[in-house]
Amino acid sequence: MLALIIAVIIIGAWPALSSHDSIAFITDKSWYPLEGQFGMLSMLLASVLVMIIAILLAAPIGIMCAIFIAYIAPARIQKGYRFAIALLAGMPSVVLGLWGLTVLVPLINKWSPPGQSLLLAGIVLCIMILPTVTLTSLAAFKSLPETLQHATSALGIRQHVQIVNVLIPAASAAIISGVLLAMARALGETMVVLMVAGNVVQFPTGLLEPVRTLTANIALEMAYATDLHRASLFVSGLILTVLVLVMMLIASKIKSDNHYG
Amino acid sequence: MALQTKGFTLGQLTEAKTCCEPIPHLSVHNLSVKYQHKTVLENVNLDIYKGCITALIGPSGCGKTSFLSTLNRMTDMIAGASVSGKVLFHDDNILNQPIDLLTLRRQIGMIFQKPNPFPLSIYRNLALPLREIGIKDKQLIDYKIETVLKDVGLWQEVHHQLDMTATKLSGGQQQRLCIARALVLEPEILLMDEPCSALDPISSAVVEDLIVSLRGRYTVVIVTHNLAQAKRVANYAGFFWMQERVGKLVEFGRSQHLFDQPQNELTAAFVNGRKG
Amino acid sequence: MAERLFQAGIWCAALLVLMVLFWLVQGLLDQGLAKLSVDFLFSQPQNAGRDGGISSILVATLLILAVTLLVALPLGLASAVWLAEFTATHNFWARKVRLALDVMAGVPSIVFGLFGYAFFSLFLGMGFSILSGGLTLACMILPVFIRTCEIGLRSVNNSWRQGAAALGMPKIKAVWFILLPAALPAISAGLILGIGRATAETAALMFTSGYVDRMPGSVMDSGRALSVHIYDLSMNVTGGDAAAQASALILLMIIMVLNMLAYAITDLWLGRRVLNGFAN
Ligand SMILES: Nc1ncnc2c1ncn2[C@@H]1O[C@H](COP(=O)(O)OP(=O)(O)O)[C@@H](O)[C@H]1O
Ligand SMILES: [Mg+2]
Repeated sequence: MLALIIAVIIIGAWPALSSHDSIAFITDKSWYPLEGQFGMLSMLLASVLVMIIAILLAAPIGIMCAIFIAYIAPARIQKGYRFAIALLAGMPSVVLGLWGLTVLVPLINKWSPPGQSLLLAGIVLCIMILPTVTLTSLAAFKSLPETLQHATSALGIRQHVQIVNVLIPAASAAIISGVLLAMARALGETMVVLMVAGNVVQFPTGLLEPVRTLTANIALEMAYATDLHRASLFVSGLILTVLVLVMMLIASKIKSDNHYG
Repeated sequence: MALQTKGFTLGQLTEAKTCCEPIPHLSVHNLSVKYQHKTVLENVNLDIYKGCITALIGPSGCGKTSFLSTLNRMTDMIAGASVSGKVLFHDDNILNQPIDLLTLRRQIGMIFQKPNPFPLSIYRNLALPLREIGIKDKQLIDYKIETVLKDVGLWQEVHHQLDMTATKLSGGQQQRLCIARALVLEPEILLMDEPCSALDPISSAVVEDLIVSLRGRYTVVIVTHNLAQAKRVANYAGFFWMQERVGKLVEFGRSQHLFDQPQNELTAAFVNGRKG
Repeated sequence: MAERLFQAGIWCAALLVLMVLFWLVQGLLDQGLAKLSVDFLFSQPQNAGRDGGISSILVATLLILAVTLLVALPLGLASAVWLAEFTATHNFWARKVRLALDVMAGVPSIVFGLFGYAFFSLFLGMGFSILSGGLTLACMILPVFIRTCEIGLRSVNNSWRQGAAALGMPKIKAVWFILLPAALPAISAGLILGIGRATAETAALMFTSGYVDRMPGSVMDSGRALSVHIYDLSMNVTGGDAAAQASALILLMIIMVLNMLAYAITDLWLGRRVLNGFAN
């Protein structure tokens, strides 16, 4: 029954695979599906850039939140804060997109129209993946042996040195794999970028320029695409999947290679 | 360049055993330890003498670890633990609240039952505590690391691979590294909680020799389940026992006396292997 | 000094995230709360959703979830039982299947949408329908659900397994009468989390269950899920923001309730496991 699901996915991607050699996805200058031009490079770049902005913001803040919960927060706040993070983790992406669209876009629009932009998509995505970073890092910290903390304390090492020089390095493998997972989620996310990135097919030239990502492109055009056009949407889906899977495999490899975490 | 000399040095290491002057380094008065509301250790009085090795023996669960942890306030890290009584160190009661824990723990080091090197390189394991006390000079750090690794007999084995992750060392090597890590801060007192019990017999013997070599330079308090070891290394010995589910110090004295002519029946039974 | 600075930095980050969360909720309450009423829940959308309520949307959402549940539950349980009870941990096929599941768990939801559209809607001829959407979602949540169930089953006390075998019980009966009930909390927590994910999902539904906001007549009708409704109102309907935010509040509440249920069950389960005194 599982084999069936897997087989079906491959069949689903088949039109894409079989048409792969007939289309120059990379070499075509841009994406004009109605004229038979299927250059995806600009959208791929947009996808990757949005992801990078999101993770650059989410990784440090997310890890700091994990440190807060694990070591800094007073016991009473700890539980409530964890709940808040869990709440954020359960936030549907369409709701985040809606918030970005109705609250943030008008704000940015005031000083740099149209507001929907690369940067904004990165920020909203950051909010989406931040709980992933926090929760995986927190799990990493919690799985460190307690003796490590005892050993540092017994040496009279100050708390922030403990955290920065001993605990974070000890948990680094699991933290990095959590960050990779978050990146994979960011890359595969559709709704947020669809709603706040602006959806203009162009090579991103500035942070406040609107862009269209691969995921958003699929969502926008699938409904009316036919033939080659549709097949190339499948190819973009395939590219996405491969990228995401590579990241996930690296993540799980890093994690299983390390004996803590 | 000489290492900073200690305030006390008690002659040559080889003859230290005989010249141990009974000067109290730590004085424990009426010490009791509670976890939540359960008293696990009650009314302990003893002196830990400068430059000597004091062994603590007794069955599991009678509060030896708890006792040791109060001496450098590691009990602060255990939720629900409360300590009463007095522990005098340089005329200060270290159980008083407004005390600089960092300084205290740098003066009173601790070695744990299970070796716990940081998952960093051997070098970083030793350099980190040094940086913490404000030593930034790389040459000085290198010098101190070399000295302390020689002290614990690791230098020969690891000097060519100081960048290796410390967790890859063998158990005995890890424990010696942990001892080195405590020594590098030049503490006055070393607390050791069953430092050999997680090691194989050979490594255990190596660590034991190391402990003996510390006599005179440091004050050592060691908890051990190995009575023969206690007899071999200790100048003073204390025997803990559970009475009505509460740990008590039953007997304390020179180790020869405690092992050869115990005053208390319980002690006699224990050291002769009839009890515990 | 450095210590202080460090702590201050961490507190700042923590407060920042909390503030964003409040801002988020406040942003939704801003226009959404006024729109929210019992009437909103029980009347049909009018004027492309700007006015009226979301009754047909809720019905469609529930139908989609029902399809998902009906498919995912038996399939998920069967495969989890196979993985946990009828194969050795290091069996070649079991390992491959596990890898495939973990890989599938990471596939972006839009790709599931593509697949569902190509396979269920076109190839199997279901068109834009609730059935097709529900099946797509089932595929999406199955991998994680199977793995949670498997872990739940594996952590059931081994002595019960041996006890049942010693009584001469056939394995399948032991699974049905003893092991599954024992693993029930883990299974239900996994299922609820899966349903939560399915409820929140939008991308996979946009071109499988469709956009039609009429009251669905059967599972072969197209039906618009709550999340798709929010998307459509905010992107394609000018002046639909208030209704979108009100719908988002409803969606958020549903998901919060589901998550809390799952947490409560997991807590209960963990507590019981500690009492029974066995490790993973
Ligand atoms: N963190 C703790 N919380 C509650 N009870 C504890 C804790 N640590 C130790 N105990 C109890 O205190 C008693 C003494 O423990 P310990 O000092 O570890 O004894 P020993 O080291 O002599 O074996 C034991 O009964 C043990 O169960
Ligand atoms: Mg102990």
